[in-house]
Amino acid sequence: MAPMDTSAVTRRPQRRVPAFASALMRFIVMAATTLLGLLAVTFFIGRVIPIDPALAIVGDRAPQHVVERIRLELGLDLPLYQQFWIYLKQVASGDFGTSVLTTNPVLTDILRVFPATIELATVGTIIGAVLGIPLGVLAAVKRGSIADQVVRVIGLVGYSVPIFWLGLLALVLFYAKLGWVAYPGRMDIVYEYTFTPTTGFYLVDAIWQGEWDVVRDLFRHIILPGALLGYFSLAYISRMTRSFMLNELSQEYIVAARAKGLSEARIIWFHALRNAAVPLVTVIALSYAGLLEGSVLTETIFAWPGLGLYITNSLQNADMNAVLGGTVVIGAVFVGINLLSDLLYRTLDPRTRSR
Amino acid sequence: MSVVEQTVKPYSREWLLSDRPQSRRQAKLGRAYVVWRRFGENRLALLGLVIILALLFVAAFAGVLAPHDPLQGDLRNARLLPPGAEGYLLGTDDQGRDILSRLLYGSRLTLLVVVLVAVIAAPVGLIVGTVSGYAGGWIDAVLMRITDIFLAFPKLVLALALVAALGPGIENAILAIAVTSWPPYARIARAETMTFRQSEFISAVQLMGASPFRIVMRHVMPLCLSSLIVRVTLDMAGIILTAAGLGFLGLGAQPPLPEWGAMIASGRRFILDQWWVAAMPGIAILIVSLGFNLLGDGLRDALDPKEAGQ
Repeated sequence: MAPMDTSAVTRRPQRRVPAFASALMRFIVMAATTLLGLLAVTFFIGRVIPIDPALAIVGDRAPQHVVERIRLELGLDLPLYQQFWIYLKQVASGDFGTSVLTTNPVLTDILRVFPATIELATVGTIIGAVLGIPLGVLAAVKRGSIADQVVRVIGLVGYSVPIFWLGLLALVLFYAKLGWVAYPGRMDIVYEYTFTPTTGFYLVDAIWQGEWDVVRDLFRHIILPGALLGYFSLAYISRMTRSFMLNELSQEYIVAARAKGLSEARIIWFHALRNAAVPLVTVIALSYAGLLEGSVLTETIFAWPGLGLYITNSLQNADMNAVLGGTVVIGAVFVGINLLSDLLYRTLDPRTRSR
Repeated sequence: MSVVEQTVKPYSREWLLSDRPQSRRQAKLGRAYVVWRRFGENRLALLGLVIILALLFVAAFAGVLAPHDPLQGDLRNARLLPPGAEGYLLGTDDQGRDILSRLLYGSRLTLLVVVLVAVIAAPVGLIVGTVSGYAGGWIDAVLMRITDIFLAFPKLVLALALVAALGPGIENAILAIAVTSWPPYARIARAETMTFRQSEFISAVQLMGASPFRIVMRHVMPLCLSSLIVRVTLDMAGIILTAAGLGFLGLGAQPPLPEWGAMIASGRRFILDQWWVAAMPGIAILIVSLGFNLLGDGLRDALDPKEAGQ
């Protein structure tokens, strides 16, 4: 260990960049094989499991000539490995087939609905992080106290409650009974004619265009599903924050800071939390990925026109191309977020660099 | 010294906590006692245990406990009665069926799902993980790549796609959840295996000529069990929630089966006026998954004091 350290110090400028580049290379290779595996799994689900994949795509009631045409289009007369190769080539060129339900190419559909999901998951993650981190810090600082227990129970309930059920009850309470929030959907119908979004991220667009009425309306629509997803991310983030903080607070530099006479607040928020922030970045990224998954059920409750609703609608209509396309996209985003958070962790934490 | 040991009454507290167990059984029981004591100190964990025992009891005696038929309702007189109506403690649904009875019978489906998923997924994960960790080299690389691929899918989305291909139904839902559940178990089993792969007792068995198969089966797997059990218990809540989600989307158990998620879906139409139809099954799901989470947390703290409080 010791000789390696000295060499690392003397030759640092040359060594660090190649180390980072090789790590990046490894990540790219890992991402590529994982994506290939994802596609193999979806290929297997779409083409091998169903007894007749053509029927699975067009439905049982399709006329015979349509089934035959689809069968030829899919190349079902070819051996499996050739079919897989064709599938890979199609996906590489962005071709996930055509949705039976919307008659658009699946990729077009997904690009249209995905911003809504990202917007919702982002709002959820912001709510979760803004509330979850202080709660976790509080629980760690007051370890074993009533506050710690309360935070723990809040988190456990978050892990245990069915999201769609909580969403239904929240709708009854906050929309139907109290009238605090708007009805399910992304915006009031009135605004759909007056407001023209440019990017698909409505909140950003509306703020950019200075349409404050629209912003308020969008907010009234997103706040409930966003808060719901935020609760789930809070459960995870507060729990992890607590454990990271407990770890940091037991370190010697905290004792040193206390000995120097720093105030407790300064020690907690500036010294301990700053060090806990590095692994927290990973946790927040993972919870963001988790919310993309959680959005599937949330979107069906709140009629939120995102990827989750698209997948469940397609499921209900046996629109297999759309389901598999959505699955691949969510899986790919998942892989991307995981790798990014890993890279970020390595960049932020100097200790991981010299290894 | 031995005089002191002999005065201790067998199975007493001192006997169990003895530093010098006289037999294997005493050592085993002593360890179990310590774990139990640690578990028992945690009130929330005990609450979780009580909830799960209650679930088992209810599932076993649903036929005796349920006041009404879970599948056949009284359409003429008992549609959508509120909770507390005479003879219907939790009210009735749109087909005049007693919600309490349906919840009681539904506990069997919940239990069926978690048990079957655990029985399918845990051994698969255990085998993949221990083989991967013990063999190392390219076997390890290949198995872990496969594990990573399955980990890359969000659970619910992969389960949805699988059920879409297999067709809706409770068997397919169980299969789909099992397929999405094994990768974390493989990771854990592999990590455990790696920690003692180089240890002396493994070398000793190798020198005695044991085959890799025997070493993995008899010496590696048993040591991975406790951390695996903790993880499976903690996962039970997630399994229940995924199953309920599939049921809610109409992909799990089919009507008229009293699956809790499907019950919420059928109550959704009346949620504004007859809130209880959708609310009650959700409470049941919440209580049971909370029970599994509390139990899993308590088990982890009791079996692995290092991680306690995290």
